[in-house]
Amino acid sequence: MSAPMLMIEALGIVFGHGAARNRALQEVSFSVPQGGSFGLVGESGSGKSTVLNCIAGLLDRWTGTIKVADQVLQGRRKLSFSRQVQMVFQDPYASLHPRHTVDRTLREPLAIHRLGDASRRVVQVLREVGLGPQFRFRYPHQLSGGQRQRVAIARALILEPSLLLLDEPTSALDVSIQAEVLNLLQDIRTQRHLTYLLVSHDLAVVSHMCDQLAVMCQGVIVETISREQLQSGEISHPYTGQLLLAGKGYDRAAIDAFQDFLPTSQQ
Amino acid sequence: MDRPTGIITRTRDWLLSDTPASATQAAAGRAYLGLRLFGRNRLAVLGLAIIVALVALALFAPQIAPYDPIATDLTNRLQAPSTSHLLGTDEVGRDIFSRIVWGSRLTLYIIGLVAIIAAPVGILVGTVAGYFGGFIDIVLMRLTDIFLAFPKLILALAFVAALGPGIENAIIAIAITSWPPYARIARGETITFRNADFIRAIRLQGAGPIRIITGHIMPLCLSSLIVRVTLDMAGIILTAAGLGFLGLGAQPPMPEWGAMTSTGRAYILDHWWLITMPGTAIFVVSLAFNLLGDGLREVLDPRSDS
Repeated sequence: MSAPMLMIEALGIVFGHGAARNRALQEVSFSVPQGGSFGLVGESGSGKSTVLNCIAGLLDRWTGTIKVADQVLQGRRKLSFSRQVQMVFQDPYASLHPRHTVDRTLREPLAIHRLGDASRRVVQVLREVGLGPQFRFRYPHQLSGGQRQRVAIARALILEPSLLLLDEPTSALDVSIQAEVLNLLQDIRTQRHLTYLLVSHDLAVVSHMCDQLAVMCQGVIVETISREQLQSGEISHPYTGQLLLAGKGYDRAAIDAFQDFLPTSQQ
Repeated sequence: MDRPTGIITRTRDWLLSDTPASATQAAAGRAYLGLRLFGRNRLAVLGLAIIVALVALALFAPQIAPYDPIATDLTNRLQAPSTSHLLGTDEVGRDIFSRIVWGSRLTLYIIGLVAIIAAPVGILVGTVAGYFGGFIDIVLMRLTDIFLAFPKLILALAFVAALGPGIENAIIAIAITSWPPYARIARGETITFRNADFIRAIRLQGAGPIRIITGHIMPLCLSSLIVRVTLDMAGIILTAAGLGFLGLGAQPPMPEWGAMTSTGRAYILDHWWLITMPGTAIFVVSLAFNLLGDGLREVLDPRSDS
Protein backbone atom coordinates (compact mmCIF):
# COMPACT_ATOMS: atom_id res chain seq x y z
CA MET A 1 0.00 0.00 0.00
CA SER A 2 1.24 3.51 -0.82
CA ALA A 3 1.96 6.19 1.77
CA PRO A 4 -1.08 7.35 3.72
CA MET A 5 -2.91 10.37 2.32
CA LEU A 6 -3.68 11.60 5.79
CA MET A 7 -1.93 10.75 9.00
CA ILE A 8 -2.89 12.10 12.38
CA GLU A 9 -0.87 11.44 15.50
CA ALA A 10 -1.73 12.39 19.06
CA LEU A 11 -3.96 15.26 18.02
CA GLY A 12 -5.21 17.27 20.97
CA ILE A 13 -6.95 20.58 21.51
CA VAL A 14 -8.18 22.44 24.56
CA PHE A 15 -10.99 25.01 24.55
CA GLY A 16 -11.51 27.54 27.33
CA HIS A 17 -9.58 28.24 30.50
CA GLY A 18 -9.97 27.47 34.17
CA ALA A 19 -13.30 25.98 35.15
CA ALA A 20 -14.54 26.12 31.54
CA ARG A 21 -11.47 24.23 30.35
CA ASN A 22 -12.50 21.47 28.03
CA ARG A 23 -10.14 19.00 26.45
CA ALA A 24 -12.11 18.61 23.24
CA LEU A 25 -9.62 16.20 21.68
CA GLN A 26 -7.14 13.91 23.40
CA GLU A 27 -4.54 11.72 21.74
CA VAL A 28 -6.50 11.23 18.54
CA SER A 29 -4.52 9.14 16.06
CA PHE A 30 -5.50 7.47 12.81
CA SER A 31 -4.41 7.34 9.21
CA VAL A 32 -6.20 7.13 5.91
CA PRO A 33 -4.53 5.43 2.92
CA GLN A 34 -4.42 7.02 -0.50
CA GLY A 35 -7.83 6.54 -2.10
CA GLY A 36 -9.28 5.25 1.15
CA SER A 37 -12.40 6.31 2.94
CA PHE A 38 -12.35 6.74 6.67
CA GLY A 39 -15.28 7.46 8.95
CA LEU A 40 -15.40 9.24 12.27
CA VAL A 41 -18.50 8.35 14.26
CA GLY A 42 -19.74 9.66 17.56
CA GLU A 43 -22.50 11.58 19.23
CA SER A 44 -22.82 15.36 19.24
CA GLY A 45 -19.95 16.98 21.07
CA SER A 46 -17.64 14.00 20.74
CA GLY A 47 -15.09 16.12 18.86
CA LYS A 48 -15.42 14.56 15.44
CA SER A 49 -16.01 17.84 13.59
CA THR A 50 -13.20 19.42 15.58
CA VAL A 51 -10.81 16.94 13.99
CA LEU A 52 -11.89 18.17 10.54
CA ASN A 53 -11.51 21.80 11.54
CA CYS A 54 -7.98 21.14 12.79
CA ILE A 55 -7.03 19.49 9.50
CA ALA A 56 -8.66 22.25 7.44
CA GLY A 57 -6.80 24.94 9.37
CA LEU A 58 -10.03 26.51 10.61
CA LEU A 59 -8.81 25.95 14.15
CA ASP A 60 -5.29 26.51 15.37
CA ARG A 61 -3.47 25.92 18.65
CA TRP A 62 -3.89 22.17 18.41
CA THR A 63 -1.11 19.83 19.45
CA GLY A 64 0.19 16.70 17.80
CA THR A 65 0.99 15.98 14.16
CA ILE A 66 -1.13 16.18 11.04
CA LYS A 67 0.42 14.99 7.79
CA VAL A 68 -1.29 15.33 4.43
CA ALA A 69 0.46 13.44 1.62
CA ASP A 70 3.59 13.18 3.76
CA GLN A 71 3.75 16.91 4.43
CA VAL A 72 3.49 18.04 8.02
CA LEU A 73 0.91 20.80 8.48
CA GLN A 74 1.79 23.63 10.77
CA GLY A 75 0.95 27.29 11.17
CA ARG A 76 -1.04 28.94 8.41
CA ARG A 77 -2.02 26.88 5.45
CA LYS A 78 -0.34 27.66 2.16
CA LEU A 79 -2.41 28.54 -0.89
CA SER A 80 -1.53 25.18 -2.45
CA PHE A 81 -3.16 23.44 0.53
CA SER A 82 -6.57 24.50 -0.81
CA ARG A 83 -5.93 22.54 -3.98
CA GLN A 84 -5.14 19.47 -1.92
CA VAL A 85 -7.81 19.46 0.78
CA GLN A 86 -11.39 20.68 0.55
CA MET A 87 -14.38 20.36 2.82
CA VAL A 88 -18.13 19.88 2.50
CA PHE A 89 -20.03 21.36 5.40
CA GLN A 90 -22.97 19.97 7.28
CA ASP A 91 -25.66 22.57 6.71
CA PRO A 92 -26.20 23.44 3.03
CA TYR A 93 -28.36 26.37 4.13
CA ALA A 94 -25.40 27.97 5.90
CA SER A 95 -22.53 27.01 3.67
CA LEU A 96 -23.47 28.99 0.55
CA HIS A 97 -23.21 32.78 0.46
CA PRO A 98 -26.82 34.03 0.27
CA ARG A 99 -26.04 36.88 -2.12
CA HIS A 100 -23.84 34.97 -4.56
CA THR A 101 -25.14 32.99 -7.50
CA VAL A 102 -23.99 29.39 -7.96
CA ASP A 103 -21.80 30.66 -10.78
CA ARG A 104 -20.04 33.19 -8.56
CA THR A 105 -19.60 30.67 -5.74
CA LEU A 106 -17.89 28.28 -8.13
CA ARG A 107 -15.87 30.90 -9.99
CA GLU A 108 -14.35 32.50 -6.93
CA PRO A 109 -11.96 29.63 -6.05
CA LEU A 110 -10.86 29.57 -9.69
CA ALA A 111 -10.11 33.29 -9.51
CA ILE A 112 -8.18 32.89 -6.25
CA HIS A 113 -6.00 30.16 -7.73
CA ARG A 114 -5.78 31.88 -11.13
CA LEU A 115 -7.15 28.89 -12.99
CA GLY A 116 -8.28 29.77 -16.49
CA ASP A 117 -11.18 28.47 -18.52
CA ALA A 118 -13.57 29.21 -15.67
CA SER A 119 -16.80 28.94 -17.63
CA ARG A 120 -16.06 25.46 -18.92
CA ARG A 121 -14.90 24.25 -15.50
CA VAL A 122 -18.05 25.55 -13.82
CA VAL A 123 -20.39 23.85 -16.30
CA GLN A 124 -18.38 20.65 -16.09
CA VAL A 125 -18.31 20.42 -12.31
CA LEU A 126 -22.04 21.20 -12.16
CA ARG A 127 -22.71 18.36 -14.57
CA GLU A 128 -20.54 16.10 -12.45
CA VAL A 129 -22.67 16.71 -9.35
CA GLY A 130 -25.84 16.16 -11.37
CA LEU A 131 -26.94 19.76 -11.85
CA GLY A 132 -27.69 21.07 -15.32
CA PRO A 133 -26.55 24.42 -16.68
CA GLN A 134 -29.95 25.88 -15.80
CA PHE A 135 -28.83 25.96 -12.16
CA ARG A 136 -25.75 28.00 -12.90
CA PHE A 137 -27.10 31.48 -12.31
CA ARG A 138 -29.49 30.70 -9.49
CA TYR A 139 -29.20 32.09 -6.01
CA PRO A 140 -29.10 29.63 -3.11
CA HIS A 141 -32.67 30.53 -2.11
CA GLN A 142 -33.82 29.20 -5.48
CA LEU A 143 -32.38 25.76 -4.70
CA SER A 144 -33.59 22.88 -2.55
CA GLY A 145 -31.48 21.50 0.29
CA GLY A 146 -30.21 18.62 -1.82
CA GLN A 147 -29.35 20.92 -4.72
CA ARG A 148 -27.52 23.26 -2.38
CA GLN A 149 -25.47 20.41 -1.02
CA ARG A 150 -24.62 19.40 -4.59
CA VAL A 151 -23.40 22.95 -5.20
CA ALA A 152 -21.33 22.74 -2.02
CA ILE A 153 -19.82 19.48 -3.27
CA ALA A 154 -19.14 21.11 -6.66
CA ARG A 155 -17.41 23.98 -4.89
CA ALA A 156 -15.17 21.52 -3.04
CA LEU A 157 -14.41 19.62 -6.25
CA ILE A 158 -13.66 22.56 -8.52
CA LEU A 159 -10.16 22.94 -7.10
CA GLU A 160 -9.51 19.25 -7.85
CA PRO A 161 -8.41 18.27 -4.32
CA SER A 162 -7.17 14.81 -3.45
CA LEU A 163 -8.57 14.73 0.08
CA LEU A 164 -12.17 15.64 0.81
CA LEU A 165 -13.34 16.32 4.35
CA LEU A 166 -17.05 15.60 4.71
CA ASP A 167 -18.67 17.04 7.82
CA GLU A 168 -22.00 15.24 8.17
CA PRO A 169 -22.74 15.94 4.51
CA THR A 170 -26.24 14.48 4.61
CA SER A 171 -27.53 14.96 8.13
CA ALA A 172 -29.38 18.18 7.23
CA LEU A 173 -31.16 16.55 4.27
CA ASP A 174 -34.35 14.56 3.84
CA VAL A 175 -33.89 10.82 4.06
CA SER A 176 -34.72 10.35 0.37
CA ILE A 177 -32.17 12.96 -0.67
CA GLN A 178 -29.53 11.56 1.68
CA ALA A 179 -29.14 8.38 -0.35
CA GLU A 180 -28.82 10.36 -3.60
CA VAL A 181 -26.09 12.57 -2.19
CA LEU A 182 -24.25 9.63 -0.65
CA ASN A 183 -24.32 7.74 -3.94
CA LEU A 184 -23.10 10.85 -5.72
CA LEU A 185 -20.19 11.10 -3.29
CA GLN A 186 -19.39 7.43 -3.83
CA ASP A 187 -19.38 7.84 -7.62
CA ILE A 188 -17.17 10.93 -7.43
CA ARG A 189 -14.70 9.12 -5.22
CA THR A 190 -14.38 6.28 -7.68
CA GLN A 191 -14.07 8.58 -10.68
CA ARG A 192 -11.61 11.02 -9.18
CA HIS A 193 -9.71 8.58 -6.94
CA LEU A 194 -10.33 10.79 -3.95
CA THR A 195 -9.60 10.12 -0.32
CA TYR A 196 -12.52 10.78 2.03
CA LEU A 197 -12.63 11.59 5.69
CA LEU A 198 -16.28 11.42 6.64
CA VAL A 199 -17.74 12.58 9.92
CA SER A 200 -21.18 11.36 10.91
CA HIS A 201 -23.27 10.37 13.85
CA ASP A 202 -24.99 7.80 11.69
CA LEU A 203 -23.33 4.39 11.68
CA ALA A 204 -25.39 3.32 8.68
CA VAL A 205 -24.02 6.18 6.58
CA VAL A 206 -20.47 5.47 7.67
CA SER A 207 -20.69 1.75 7.04
CA HIS A 208 -22.11 2.50 3.57
CA MET A 209 -19.37 4.97 2.72
CA CYS A 210 -16.22 3.95 4.56
CA ASP A 211 -13.74 1.08 4.57
CA GLN A 212 -12.63 1.92 8.08
CA LEU A 213 -14.06 3.87 10.91
CA ALA A 214 -13.13 5.22 14.30
CA VAL A 215 -15.67 5.65 17.07
CA MET A 216 -15.21 8.82 19.11
CA CYS A 217 -16.55 9.60 22.53
CA GLN A 218 -15.70 12.69 24.60
CA GLY A 219 -12.75 13.64 22.41
CA VAL A 220 -11.15 10.20 22.48
CA ILE A 221 -11.14 7.45 19.88
CA VAL A 222 -12.50 4.44 21.72
CA GLU A 223 -12.25 1.97 18.88
CA THR A 224 -11.04 1.72 15.28
CA ILE A 225 -12.65 -1.04 13.22
CA SER A 226 -13.15 -2.03 9.60
CA ARG A 227 -16.48 -2.08 7.81
CA GLU A 228 -16.50 -5.87 7.82
CA GLN A 229 -15.98 -5.96 11.56
CA LEU A 230 -18.82 -3.52 12.06
CA GLN A 231 -21.18 -5.47 9.84
CA SER A 232 -20.42 -8.76 11.49
CA GLY A 233 -20.79 -7.20 14.90
CA GLU A 234 -17.18 -7.71 15.93
CA ILE A 235 -17.04 -4.75 18.20
CA SER A 236 -15.10 -4.55 21.40
CA HIS A 237 -16.17 -1.31 23.09
CA PRO A 238 -19.64 -1.13 24.64
CA TYR A 239 -20.08 2.45 23.42
CA THR A 240 -19.94 1.25 19.80
CA GLY A 241 -22.61 -1.30 20.59
CA GLN A 242 -24.73 1.41 22.10
CA LEU A 243 -24.33 3.61 18.99
CA LEU A 244 -25.23 0.66 16.81
CA LEU A 245 -28.33 0.02 18.84
CA ALA A 246 -29.33 3.69 18.81
CA GLY A 247 -29.09 3.70 15.02
CA LYS A 248 -31.68 0.94 14.73
CA GLY A 249 -34.53 3.14 15.85
CA TYR A 250 -36.20 4.19 19.03
CA ASP A 251 -36.71 1.47 21.56
CA ARG A 252 -37.73 2.43 25.06
CA ALA A 253 -36.07 -0.48 26.81
CA ALA A 254 -32.84 -0.06 24.91
CA ILE A 255 -32.69 3.68 25.60
CA ASP A 256 -33.27 3.12 29.30
CA ALA A 257 -30.39 0.69 29.39
CA PHE A 258 -28.01 3.26 27.88
CA GLN A 259 -25.25 4.56 30.06
CA ASP A 260 -22.88 7.49 29.98
CA PHE A 261 -19.38 6.37 29.32
CA LEU A 262 -17.58 9.37 30.75
CA PRO A 263 -18.66 11.56 33.66
CA THR A 264 -19.47 14.74 31.69
CA SER A 265 -21.35 13.15 28.84
CA GLN A 266 -23.65 15.47 26.96
CA GLN A 267 -27.14 14.44 26.06
CA MET B 1 -53.32 38.17 -26.32
CA ASP B 2 -52.38 41.47 -27.96
CA ARG B 3 -48.85 42.45 -28.64
CA PRO B 4 -47.97 45.00 -25.91
CA THR B 5 -49.06 42.73 -23.07
CA GLY B 6 -47.13 39.97 -24.78
CA ILE B 7 -43.95 41.98 -24.45
CA ILE B 8 -44.69 42.84 -20.83
CA THR B 9 -45.47 39.25 -19.94
CA ARG B 10 -42.36 38.06 -21.70
CA THR B 11 -40.20 40.61 -19.89
CA ARG B 12 -41.68 39.55 -16.59
CA ASP B 13 -41.15 35.89 -17.35
CA TRP B 14 -37.57 36.68 -18.28
CA LEU B 15 -37.06 38.55 -15.01
CA LEU B 16 -38.71 35.90 -12.85
CA SER B 17 -37.11 32.97 -14.62
CA ASP B 18 -36.11 30.10 -12.35
CA THR B 19 -33.31 29.31 -14.73
CA PRO B 20 -31.52 32.56 -15.51
CA ALA B 21 -29.08 32.20 -18.39
CA SER B 22 -26.62 34.85 -17.28
CA ALA B 23 -25.43 36.68 -14.20
CA THR B 24 -27.09 39.85 -15.51
CA GLN B 25 -30.46 38.15 -15.77
CA ALA B 26 -30.12 36.74 -12.25
CA ALA B 27 -29.28 40.17 -10.86
CA ALA B 28 -32.06 41.86 -12.84
CA GLY B 29 -34.59 39.32 -11.58
CA ARG B 30 -33.49 39.94 -8.04
CA ALA B 31 -33.76 43.69 -8.48
CA TYR B 32 -37.22 43.31 -10.01
CA LEU B 33 -38.46 41.30 -7.01
CA GLY B 34 -37.08 43.91 -4.64
CA LEU B 35 -38.72 46.68 -6.64
CA ARG B 36 -42.06 44.87 -6.53
CA LEU B 37 -41.82 44.51 -2.77
CA PHE B 38 -40.89 48.18 -2.48
CA GLY B 39 -43.81 49.19 -4.71
CA ARG B 40 -46.28 47.62 -2.28
CA ASN B 41 -45.33 50.18 0.36
CA ARG B 42 -47.27 53.27 -0.80
CA LEU B 43 -45.63 55.65 1.67
CA ALA B 44 -42.15 54.55 0.63
CA VAL B 45 -43.06 55.20 -3.01
CA LEU B 46 -44.27 58.66 -1.97
CA GLY B 47 -40.96 59.26 -0.20
CA LEU B 48 -39.05 58.16 -3.28
CA ALA B 49 -41.22 60.42 -5.46
CA ILE B 50 -40.42 63.43 -3.28
CA ILE B 51 -36.70 62.68 -3.43
CA VAL B 52 -36.82 62.23 -7.20
CA ALA B 53 -38.65 65.59 -7.37
CA LEU B 54 -35.94 67.14 -5.19
CA VAL B 55 -33.24 65.83 -7.52
CA ALA B 56 -35.15 67.15 -10.54
CA LEU B 57 -35.53 70.51 -8.78
CA ALA B 58 -31.80 70.65 -8.17
CA LEU B 59 -30.92 69.58 -11.72
CA PHE B 60 -33.22 72.07 -13.43
CA ALA B 61 -32.95 74.88 -10.89
CA PRO B 62 -32.00 77.52 -13.51
CA GLN B 63 -35.07 76.61 -15.60
CA ILE B 64 -37.51 76.28 -12.68
CA ALA B 65 -36.58 79.25 -10.50
CA PRO B 66 -38.28 82.39 -11.83
CA TYR B 67 -35.87 84.83 -10.14
CA ASP B 68 -32.19 85.10 -9.29
CA PRO B 69 -31.82 83.60 -5.78
CA ILE B 70 -29.18 86.14 -4.74
CA ALA B 71 -30.19 89.38 -6.45
CA THR B 72 -31.79 91.76 -3.97
CA ASP B 73 -34.77 93.96 -4.78
CA LEU B 74 -35.39 96.28 -1.86
CA THR B 75 -38.56 97.78 -3.36
CA ASN B 76 -40.20 94.37 -3.19
CA ARG B 77 -39.06 93.30 0.28
CA LEU B 78 -41.27 91.21 2.58
CA GLN B 79 -43.99 90.62 -0.01
CA ALA B 80 -46.64 88.09 1.00
CA PRO B 81 -47.10 85.02 -1.24
CA SER B 82 -48.79 86.08 -4.49
CA THR B 83 -48.90 85.11 -8.13
CA SER B 84 -45.71 87.01 -8.95
CA HIS B 85 -43.85 85.68 -5.89
CA LEU B 86 -45.30 82.23 -5.21
CA LEU B 87 -43.90 81.92 -1.71
CA GLY B 88 -43.35 85.63 -1.05
CA THR B 89 -40.08 87.55 -0.75
CA ASP B 90 -37.62 87.91 2.11
CA GLU B 91 -36.22 90.87 3.98
CA VAL B 92 -34.09 92.05 1.02
CA GLY B 93 -36.67 91.28 -1.64
CA ARG B 94 -35.34 87.92 -2.87
CA ASP B 95 -37.93 85.46 -4.18
CA ILE B 96 -38.28 82.69 -1.56
CA PHE B 97 -39.46 80.07 -4.07
CA SER B 98 -36.35 80.63 -6.19
CA ARG B 99 -34.16 80.43 -3.13
CA ILE B 100 -35.75 77.15 -2.03
CA VAL B 101 -35.27 75.73 -5.54
CA TRP B 102 -31.61 76.72 -5.60
CA GLY B 103 -31.24 75.61 -1.98
CA SER B 104 -32.18 72.05 -2.97
CA ARG B 105 -28.77 71.88 -4.66
CA LEU B 106 -27.05 72.70 -1.38
CA THR B 107 -29.16 70.18 0.52
CA LEU B 108 -28.36 67.41 -1.94
CA TYR B 109 -24.71 68.43 -1.98
CA ILE B 110 -24.52 68.15 1.81
CA ILE B 111 -26.30 64.81 2.20
CA GLY B 112 -24.55 63.35 -0.83
CA LEU B 113 -21.08 64.23 0.39
CA VAL B 114 -21.80 63.17 3.96
CA ALA B 115 -23.09 59.80 2.75
CA ILE B 116 -20.09 59.36 0.44
CA ILE B 117 -17.64 60.11 3.26
CA ALA B 118 -19.33 58.62 6.33
CA ALA B 119 -20.81 55.37 5.00
CA PRO B 120 -17.60 53.92 3.46
CA VAL B 121 -15.53 54.93 6.49
CA GLY B 122 -18.09 53.34 8.80
CA ILE B 123 -18.41 50.09 6.85
CA LEU B 124 -14.64 49.77 6.46
CA VAL B 125 -13.89 50.34 10.14
CA GLY B 126 -16.75 48.08 11.24
CA THR B 127 -16.04 45.13 8.94
CA VAL B 128 -12.29 45.20 9.58
CA ALA B 129 -12.83 45.37 13.35
CA GLY B 130 -15.46 42.63 13.26
CA TYR B 131 -13.58 40.29 10.96
CA PHE B 132 -10.18 40.41 12.64
CA GLY B 133 -11.37 40.79 16.22
CA GLY B 134 -8.78 40.87 18.98
CA PHE B 135 -6.43 43.82 19.18
CA ILE B 136 -7.54 45.47 15.92
CA ASP B 137 -11.14 45.29 17.08
CA ILE B 138 -10.32 46.86 20.45
CA VAL B 139 -8.38 49.75 18.92
CA LEU B 140 -10.95 50.51 16.22
CA MET B 141 -13.98 50.21 18.43
CA ARG B 142 -12.54 52.36 21.24
CA LEU B 143 -11.83 54.98 18.59
CA THR B 144 -15.45 54.65 17.49
CA ASP B 145 -16.61 54.94 21.10
CA ILE B 146 -14.67 58.18 21.48
CA PHE B 147 -16.39 59.69 18.45
CA LEU B 148 -19.74 58.36 19.64
CA ALA B 149 -19.30 60.00 23.04
CA PHE B 150 -19.27 63.48 21.55
CA PRO B 151 -22.65 65.14 21.12
CA LYS B 152 -23.03 65.34 17.35
CA LEU B 153 -23.96 68.98 16.99
CA ILE B 154 -21.43 70.14 19.58
CA LEU B 155 -18.56 68.30 17.88
CA ALA B 156 -19.70 69.71 14.56
CA LEU B 157 -19.71 73.16 16.17
CA ALA B 158 -16.18 72.61 17.50
CA PHE B 159 -14.96 71.54 14.06
CA VAL B 160 -16.57 74.47 12.35
CA ALA B 161 -15.13 76.77 15.00
CA ALA B 162 -11.67 75.31 14.38
CA LEU B 163 -11.85 75.18 10.59
CA GLY B 164 -13.94 78.29 10.03
CA PRO B 165 -17.60 78.54 9.02
CA GLY B 166 -18.58 77.43 5.54
CA ILE B 167 -20.49 74.68 3.83
CA GLU B 168 -17.49 72.41 3.14
CA ASN B 169 -16.40 72.53 6.77
CA ALA B 170 -19.94 71.83 7.89
CA ILE B 171 -19.98 68.76 5.64
CA ILE B 172 -16.66 67.51 7.03
CA ALA B 173 -17.89 68.11 10.57
CA ILE B 174 -21.14 66.21 9.99
CA ALA B 175 -19.35 63.35 8.22
CA ILE B 176 -16.84 62.98 11.04
CA THR B 177 -19.62 62.72 13.58
CA SER B 178 -21.89 60.38 11.62
CA TRP B 179 -19.65 57.42 10.76
CA PRO B 180 -19.43 55.74 14.22
CA PRO B 181 -22.97 54.29 14.23
CA TYR B 182 -22.31 52.76 10.78
CA ALA B 183 -19.11 51.20 12.08
CA ARG B 184 -21.06 49.72 14.98
CA ILE B 185 -23.73 48.25 12.74
CA ALA B 186 -21.19 46.87 10.28
CA ARG B 187 -19.17 45.32 13.09
CA GLY B 188 -22.21 43.70 14.66
CA GLU B 189 -23.28 42.19 11.34
CA THR B 190 -19.74 41.07 10.56
CA ILE B 191 -19.46 39.20 13.85
CA THR B 192 -22.60 37.22 13.05
CA PHE B 193 -21.15 36.16 9.68
CA ARG B 194 -17.50 35.82 10.64
CA ASN B 195 -17.71 32.15 11.54
CA ALA B 196 -20.49 31.20 9.15
CA ASP B 197 -19.83 28.12 7.05
CA PHE B 198 -19.76 30.09 3.81
CA ILE B 199 -16.96 32.29 5.16
CA ARG B 200 -15.08 29.23 6.43
CA ALA B 201 -15.53 27.62 3.05
CA ILE B 202 -14.04 30.53 1.14
CA ARG B 203 -11.22 30.79 3.67
CA LEU B 204 -10.47 27.12 3.12
CA GLN B 205 -10.34 27.87 -0.59
CA GLY B 206 -7.48 30.23 0.02
CA ALA B 207 -9.18 33.63 -0.01
CA GLY B 208 -7.32 36.37 1.84
CA PRO B 209 -8.89 38.84 4.27
CA ILE B 210 -9.27 41.60 1.65
CA ARG B 211 -11.25 39.35 -0.68
CA ILE B 212 -13.36 38.00 2.18
CA ILE B 213 -14.17 41.42 3.61
CA THR B 214 -14.91 43.20 0.34
CA GLY B 215 -16.50 40.36 -1.58
CA HIS B 216 -18.27 38.35 1.08
CA ILE B 217 -18.85 40.37 4.23
CA MET B 218 -19.47 43.89 2.91
CA PRO B 219 -22.33 42.88 0.58
CA LEU B 220 -24.11 41.37 3.57
CA CYS B 221 -23.64 44.48 5.71
CA LEU B 222 -24.58 46.80 2.88
CA SER B 223 -28.35 46.38 3.02
CA SER B 224 -28.80 47.28 6.67
CA LEU B 225 -26.30 50.09 6.19
CA ILE B 226 -28.19 51.57 3.23
CA VAL B 227 -31.35 51.53 5.32
CA ARG B 228 -29.60 53.21 8.21
CA VAL B 229 -27.95 55.86 6.02
CA THR B 230 -31.27 56.68 4.38
CA LEU B 231 -32.95 57.04 7.75
CA ASP B 232 -30.04 59.22 8.90
CA MET B 233 -30.39 61.52 5.90
CA ALA B 234 -33.18 63.33 7.69
CA GLY B 235 -30.91 63.87 10.67
CA ILE B 236 -28.09 65.06 8.40
CA ILE B 237 -30.39 67.59 6.74
CA LEU B 238 -31.49 68.79 10.17
CA THR B 239 -27.91 69.05 11.44
CA ALA B 240 -26.88 70.95 8.31
CA ALA B 241 -29.89 73.21 8.71
CA GLY B 242 -29.04 73.61 12.39
CA LEU B 243 -25.50 74.65 11.57
CA GLY B 244 -26.88 77.02 8.96
CA PHE B 245 -29.35 78.36 11.49
CA LEU B 246 -26.50 79.04 13.93
CA GLY B 247 -24.60 80.82 11.16
CA LEU B 248 -21.86 78.15 11.05
CA GLY B 249 -22.90 76.33 7.87
CA ALA B 250 -23.55 77.90 4.51
CA GLN B 251 -22.77 81.62 4.56
CA PRO B 252 -25.01 84.37 3.23
CA PRO B 253 -26.10 85.00 0.57
CA MET B 254 -26.18 81.25 -0.21
CA PRO B 255 -29.78 80.03 -0.27
CA GLU B 256 -29.35 77.31 2.36
CA TRP B 257 -32.63 76.31 3.97
CA GLY B 258 -31.37 76.38 7.56
CA ALA B 259 -29.79 79.80 7.10
CA MET B 260 -33.05 81.03 5.55
CA THR B 261 -35.09 79.98 8.59
CA SER B 262 -32.50 81.70 10.75
CA THR B 263 -32.91 85.07 9.05
CA GLY B 264 -36.67 84.58 8.94
CA ARG B 265 -36.76 84.28 12.71
CA ALA B 266 -36.56 88.05 13.13
CA TYR B 267 -39.79 88.47 11.15
CA ILE B 268 -41.69 85.47 12.48
CA LEU B 269 -44.61 87.43 13.93
CA ASP B 270 -45.45 89.78 11.05
CA HIS B 271 -44.08 87.93 8.02
CA TRP B 272 -44.64 84.22 8.71
CA TRP B 273 -43.69 83.01 5.23
CA LEU B 274 -40.03 83.88 5.66
CA ILE B 275 -39.49 81.03 8.13
CA THR B 276 -42.40 78.76 7.23
CA MET B 277 -41.46 78.12 3.60
CA PRO B 278 -37.86 76.89 4.07
CA GLY B 279 -38.94 75.15 7.29
CA THR B 280 -41.60 73.25 5.36
CA ALA B 281 -39.04 72.30 2.71
CA ILE B 282 -36.75 70.84 5.40
CA PHE B 283 -39.68 69.00 6.94
CA VAL B 284 -40.93 67.51 3.66
CA VAL B 285 -37.51 66.32 2.51
CA SER B 286 -36.63 64.84 5.92
CA LEU B 287 -39.96 63.04 6.02
CA ALA B 288 -39.41 61.72 2.49
CA PHE B 289 -36.07 60.21 3.48
CA ASN B 290 -37.62 58.57 6.53
CA LEU B 291 -40.42 57.05 4.45
CA LEU B 292 -37.94 55.85 1.85
CA GLY B 293 -35.75 54.36 4.58
CA ASP B 294 -38.66 52.42 6.02
CA GLY B 295 -39.57 51.09 2.58
CA LEU B 296 -35.98 50.10 1.88
CA ARG B 297 -35.81 48.30 5.19
CA GLU B 298 -38.70 46.11 4.12
CA VAL B 299 -36.93 45.25 0.88
CA LEU B 300 -33.34 44.95 2.05
CA ASP B 301 -33.37 43.89 5.65
CA PRO B 302 -33.86 40.14 5.79
CA ARG B 303 -35.00 40.31 9.40
CA SER B 304 -38.02 42.50 8.73
CA ASP B 305 -39.81 40.30 6.19
CA SER B 306 -40.61 37.41 8.50
